[in-house]
Amino acid sequence: MNIWLSYHWHALALAFKRLALIPFSTLLTLGVIGIAFSLPAGIYVFLENVETLSGQFSSGPQLSLFLKLNATQSEVGKTESFLKENPHVASFRFIPKASALEQFKESPGLAGVMDGLEGNPLPDAFVVTAKDVSTETLKTLSRALSELRQVEHVQLDSAWTQRLDALLKLGRLAAWMLSVLLSLLVIAVVFNTIRLQILTMRDEIEVAKLIGATNGFICRPFLYFGTIQGLVGGIVAWLIISLGIHLTDEPVKHLMQLYETDFRLYHLSMGDSLIMFLFSAGLGWLGAWLSVVSHLLKIEPR
Amino acid sequence: MISFSEVSKRYPNGFEALRNVSFTVETGEMALIHGHSGAGKTTLLRLIAAIERSTTGSVIVNGQDVGRLNDAAVPFLRRNFGLVFQDQKLLFDRSVFENVLLPLQISGFESKAAVRRVRAALDKVGLLDKEKARPITLSGGEQQRLCIARAIVSRPSILIADEPTSNLDMEYAKDIMAIFKSFHQVGVTVLISTHDVELLGGTPQRILTLSHGELTG
Repeated sequence: MNIWLSYHWHALALAFKRLALIPFSTLLTLGVIGIAFSLPAGIYVFLENVETLSGQFSSGPQLSLFLKLNATQSEVGKTESFLKENPHVASFRFIPKASALEQFKESPGLAGVMDGLEGNPLPDAFVVTAKDVSTETLKTLSRALSELRQVEHVQLDSAWTQRLDALLKLGRLAAWMLSVLLSLLVIAVVFNTIRLQILTMRDEIEVAKLIGATNGFICRPFLYFGTIQGLVGGIVAWLIISLGIHLTDEPVKHLMQLYETDFRLYHLSMGDSLIMFLFSAGLGWLGAWLSVVSHLLKIEPR
Repeated sequence: MISFSEVSKRYPNGFEALRNVSFTVETGEMALIHGHSGAGKTTLLRLIAAIERSTTGSVIVNGQDVGRLNDAAVPFLRRNFGLVFQDQKLLFDRSVFENVLLPLQISGFESKAAVRRVRAALDKVGLLDKEKARPITLSGGEQQRLCIARAIVSRPSILIADEPTSNLDMEYAKDIMAIFKSFHQVGVTVLISTHDVELLGGTPQRILTLSHGELTG
């Protein structure tokens, strides 16, 4: 166990030493890896924020059901019974025409509009929440409600959230595709960095093999080197995203206040951050391993 | 013990470096391998260290058939040897101390014990006061002594030196030979190749003479 630890400690120390020996190249590589990771991770954060924001404006798959102006109390009761029995309805809320008028009058800038009208021009209404967001369910429910004699109009309130949802799905797909492409880029960057190191250290590798170094002993510092590069690249990406959030948080907060919404930008959660660090470190290790397998193991003492 | 049994080595270009070479060097023995340039001395030593594999015949080192070892076992075989090279193969971007430390790092030595061993090895070859120096600042003789310190630091049972004195003047060469003799006196098996007949004078050790790949004496 002690020997195993000493091998790893030696390899880790050697990897840090090699990174420090080429500071400019190291910074450049870490910058490239950091930017490469920050693009898909940044898009992911953006999409998460948009989704959270859309959730604040919509409380789910809802329909507004407006009854005819002359609908009687008994017709309101029938509608209520219909909604209670419909399997697609999760919940509903009745808004009597009198309450609707009161709410309307309380709306800033609209109070005076009603003063010139005689009576209440607003109908009784129901706000209906469907059991799921699928387009099919919402259409079926909308059709069933429209067929009721006392119903004047059915409005699908969540149509825009469905469109947004579709856009978010598309955005996530784009983020995934970008992640795959940029992951390949990171692997290529680490692969090439290690390849150059192996070429410049050929003599040292030969000497080490001559005096009894195993392939594991020689490979280990390179694998640590690649892993550290990947991990630090991931941390750089996290910092880039943090900076972006820090710079845009106040303007976004101000904008949201104009819409009377309390919204703060979401950062990567602890879990998401850890996954990103592990993923970036893993890619660094993979790039190093590929380079080691294709170059280092072929070097034999001359 | 090192044993060669009808060993031949033919390179891919057709050159036959060794032809039916057979000999045995017992544990604790010191043997000089003498021969002209191109006689096959280096090939013989490279076969022992598994840097090359024989075309025919068998090379047995400490009971292991070197030719039949798999690649993973070769590093562990090499840890039995202290290797001194004609071109030293020092790491010029590392200090004298770090060069000697390398075999102990490879063997996974605990650091305090390793430091003690490195200093003892440097003391043995007279380079203790230069442990922080870079090899490039050392003279040819000092570089060769550094190479010996690296070879002996892990206290190998077999010391193999390929033309260790070829680039040195006679005075330095005798110093180096004296160091090898001192290891032989404490029971280390020593195998040295040389083409320098003057170094053989007055040595009571066994001499193996190679000529055009054949053992002639």
